[in-house]
Amino acid sequence: MHADPAGVLTGAHFLDGDHAACEGALAAECRFVAGYPITPSTEVVERIAQRFPLVGGVFIQMEDELASSIAIAGAVWGGKRAMTVTSGPGFSLMMEHVGFAVMTETPCVFINVQRGGPSTGLPTLPAQADMMQARWGSHGDYEIIALSPNSPQECFDLTFKAFNLAEQYRVPVLVMMDECVGHMMERVVIPRAEELEIYPRRWTKAAPGEYLPFAPGEDLVPAMARAGQGYRFHMTGLTHNERGYPDMSVAAQARLVARLTDKIRKNADALQDVVEDGVDGADVVVVCYGITSRVALPAIEACRASGLKVGWLRLRTVWPFPERLIRDLASGLRAFVVPELNMGQIVREVERCAGAARVVGVPHAGGTVHDPAVIERAIREAVR
Amino acid sequence: MSERANPVERYLRSDRIPHIWCPGCGIGTTVNCFTRAIDESGIPMDRLAVVSGIGCTGRVAGYMHVDSFHTTHGRAIPFATGLKLAAPGMKVVVYSGDGDLFAIGGNHFIHAARRNLDMTVVCVNNLTYGMTGGQLTPTTPEEAIASTSPYGNFEQPFNLPYLAESCGAVYVARWTTYHVTHLKKAMREALLKKGFSFVEVISPCPTLYGRRNRIGDGLDEVKTYKQRSVIRNGAPTSEVSLGMTGPIVVGKFVDRERPTYQDAMDQFYARKLGDRYARASQ
Ligand SMILES: Cc1ncc(C[n+]2csc(CCOP(=O)(O)OP(=O)(O)O)c2C)c(N)n1
Ligand code: SF4
Ligand SMILES: [Mg+2]
Repeated sequence: MHADPAGVLTGAHFLDGDHAACEGALAAECRFVAGYPITPSTEVVERIAQRFPLVGGVFIQMEDELASSIAIAGAVWGGKRAMTVTSGPGFSLMMEHVGFAVMTETPCVFINVQRGGPSTGLPTLPAQADMMQARWGSHGDYEIIALSPNSPQECFDLTFKAFNLAEQYRVPVLVMMDECVGHMMERVVIPRAEELEIYPRRWTKAAPGEYLPFAPGEDLVPAMARAGQGYRFHMTGLTHNERGYPDMSVAAQARLVARLTDKIRKNADALQDVVEDGVDGADVVVVCYGITSRVALPAIEACRASGLKVGWLRLRTVWPFPERLIRDLASGLRAFVVPELNMGQIVREVERCAGAARVVGVPHAGGTVHDPAVIERAIREAVR
Repeated sequence: MSERANPVERYLRSDRIPHIWCPGCGIGTTVNCFTRAIDESGIPMDRLAVVSGIGCTGRVAGYMHVDSFHTTHGRAIPFATGLKLAAPGMKVVVYSGDGDLFAIGGNHFIHAARRNLDMTVVCVNNLTYGMTGGQLTPTTPEEAIASTSPYGNFEQPFNLPYLAESCGAVYVARWTTYHVTHLKKAMREALLKKGFSFVEVISPCPTLYGRRNRIGDGLDEVKTYKQRSVIRNGAPTSEVSLGMTGPIVVGKFVDRERPTYQDAMDQFYARKLGDRYARASQ
């Protein structure tokens, strides 16, 4: 199915990442956004507020992030594609509803334009310190998908993709931007609507009366219904059976949680989305994502110029983590170097998969990007 | 018996009975009135959605045989907001408890009323947190004993009709589970009212509130409602606050007109944007 041309701003533009993410959502047929202003993500909803009345979308500025993050679930069950947008403290407030969306298998998108924390931290300055929160921030055990764009173009591309993944797997998909990517202006090319493939909602084909709202298909994902179609279904954040009714037994919990995690884990390879450069035959691979993947490039070039074999592995999908890929690479190289704008988050994942290879983190508390020289030094030391 | 003769069953998920509520609990009585109100309203079951938060009352959604959503604690109203804006053809009812709607969810209530979102909110006010064991809520009367106010409550409670009216609700009524006929009628009127309608139902929680406050069982509590309540339709809501003793003023307090959120949005954008305005499709 092609995208609805009404929402697609085809052409070459000069946009910042926030605006590009907004256009990605519009192209993906997102027609409901609930948000609460917070720097550095506000520009996304500001543009939505301006664009939506022209394309048949509904934007509502809610009273807080708790409200925004569940209003989108309501809109999804009313039949829309929906997202919310936030940063820092707002992301913390949304955590309960990330879990709610996981439990009720509500396809939806959360954008987090990361800023420095903890608490109010650095409202206008970058960080990548919510990567573990994205993975584990809601209570209970679950899996989500998180993407990490490194340019305004990718803010468009990956926000678009996030909607498709949300529909395919019926999970919340988290677009983990950062302040740099959100505010940098670059050329963004938006394709024609017919070049944009939409993954349609998995509407049930069962008749009302025969429909089991949480009975999985072969790929572990159930088909969906929306309100007002005569299905008279129930959904709950309680542990539930295939009918959607509460079932608080140990067996029901085991079945449900296993399925919710397996539907992502078993597709980890299909979900893998990395960009590699010079990884084959490298002695050191720099594992990076978001803005840091760009800052790492001059460091890598400098090392290569002096004869070191350095690979660049950029994660566009951070969660699920490309575990198998890192394990495979680990056997053939000496070290991984992991620069990130936090005190060491994704580096732990790399350590978990690195086998005998060395893992060198390059932490940074945020507020600006790394000095490439620091990354360069880490690479050189890693192979010394 | 024709289906119409027993509306209750038709609107309930019989495959989920027995329900979880204690003997003498008032929530079931409110649901009974609610099903009859739906029936009388003529709203087709397929166009009705019930959204609940968390609590004993929060379980209502799960027993209603309509599209039903059991959401998170305090957030039924914002969920309902998204649902209603996405599916404007639905009649959306939020059915939840006093703690859910007015403690953790209070912010959402006041904003939904301010916006005049087209939805009905039913609050089963049992003056306590039933589900979690009888703690203090924003509606617990002064002096009342709760598990977290073992010596009695010294906080001033909310007067819910006053709050609802001040925030902009277009329909506000309060009844008790003693007043089943009035309650059913108020629910029907609320269902048919365009805009943000609010029905408060004073309801017994014999297991926790009634026992701790020496009111007796559910029936005894309903008897006190009978003794204490005074019907005053149109009473100024500022005068209907509740105490441990004294009158329980019941009635229809507010019934007025105001453009709904969606109508205001549509009219406003049509005026500002003219032909460029694209109305959301259903
Ligand atoms: C975020 C969150 N905090 C606390 C709870 C625990 N909790 C569940 S129900 C409830 C209170 C319910 O009281 P009320 O809304 O009055 O409903 P009742 O049980 O009295 O019908 C609380 C505090 C929760 N589920 N979620
Ligand atoms: S605890 Fe109270 S409110 Fe909950 S079901 Fe029992 S009587 Fe009703
Ligand atoms: Mg209560």
